[in-house]
Amino acid sequence: MTARQKRMMFVAMLVAGIGVFISLIMMALNENINHFFSPTEILEGKAPVDHSFRIGGLVVTGSVKRDPNSLRIDFDLTDGAKNYPVIYEGILPDLFREGQGIVATGIIKNNVFIAEEVLAKHDENYMPPEVADALKKSGKWSEENIEAMKHPENVPVGEGNPYPGSPASEARPAGAL
Amino acid sequence: MKLPAIVHKFSSPKNFYTMSGKMIPWFMWSFLITLFAGLYYGLFVAPPDYQQGESYRIMYIHVPAAWMSMFIYMVMAISASVGLIWRIKTADLMASVSAPIGAAFTFLALVTGSLWGKPMWGTYWVWDARLTSELILLFLYLGFIALQAAIEDPRNAARAGAVLLIVGVVNIPIIHYSVEWWSTLHQGATVGKFDKPSMHISMLIPLLVMATSFKLYYAASVLMRARGEILRREQNTRWVKEVVENESK
Repeated sequence: MTARQKRMMFVAMLVAGIGVFISLIMMALNENINHFFSPTEILEGKAPVDHSFRIGGLVVTGSVKRDPNSLRIDFDLTDGAKNYPVIYEGILPDLFREGQGIVATGIIKNNVFIAEEVLAKHDENYMPPEVADALKKSGKWSEENIEAMKHPENVPVGEGNPYPGSPASEARPAGAL
Repeated sequence: MKLPAIVHKFSSPKNFYTMSGKMIPWFMWSFLITLFAGLYYGLFVAPPDYQQGESYRIMYIHVPAAWMSMFIYMVMAISASVGLIWRIKTADLMASVSAPIGAAFTFLALVTGSLWGKPMWGTYWVWDARLTSELILLFLYLGFIALQAAIEDPRNAARAGAVLLIVGVVNIPIIHYSVEWWSTLHQGATVGKFDKPSMHISMLIPLLVMATSFKLYYAASVLMRARGEILRREQNTRWVKEVVENESK
């Protein structure tokens, strides 16, 4: 082996070695790198019980109840399979609406998630409003919806309507939750 | 494995200096044209987004800057490897002069992302996998720059820098796939999915124009920096003295 081939081997081994090393660390830390827990994971008891963590999901259509006298808001979050109730008191981001993906930080008290902070996720779809309206009218919206739900992080749900309690035609694209 | 003779010929400092001098104006002009076209179409012609309204337009800076942050890192890692294996001085030099440009694009991606995050997500920063790995990329750039500055002998500096760059390559797929492997606040990829991009064509074209523009800027600025660095490193050679004499006439 010439000196040049040795140097080539050195570069290749370094890339491969670091790759394996980091992959193992990533696998070991997988749980901790995830930014939030889904309602299903919480109901399976995977979320921490006595300290604060993040929950992520879509706001269930028709579940949002605002208190007229304060900033308190009650809503359910879904990952398509299971729902979990959330209570929040404070100012919501502009993108908060029914069907929107959100991430909330807080703790669980009496089987309700008490949020201290609510952040909105937006999806990776970009289109002019007219196109969005046209898609909704033609009924193609829900197809895209299911496409978007195929992301591995999502729990695949019953065909047609990923949002319990809302007609399929009103369903919005899920985004990558 | 040997490199073809033409590579060695082109990469000799003198030839590189002459050739790059001819290329820079082309890159610079096409950068300016695509920049103004991209900004005009992105900011004035492209329609607002159905969900984010006008705020999504910061994407025309944020996304190309983020792509460049990873692209320049890969260019640096590859040219540093070539410099390490084939002992090509110009390849080492390209890695070294690219670093501040790459760091600047990474910083720009982080700042624009943060400014975009506040109105859309409701926060400037979260420690999710995408944002954190991009921040680590900035630290890799800064570490490389510091390492280069700390070692005086250019050959030793290049060797140490190459090792750091090669080790850091592992971060690039992590940045790219972070939004798929883990649940993050940052949304998934829009462009570059194997199926069609989830962006309307009227919004996509200005984005691709901006991405081209940023690449041309990098090409022009990296060659300018490389020329300056070549003159500094080769200052005692005859051809550099001739160049300096000719240009100061």
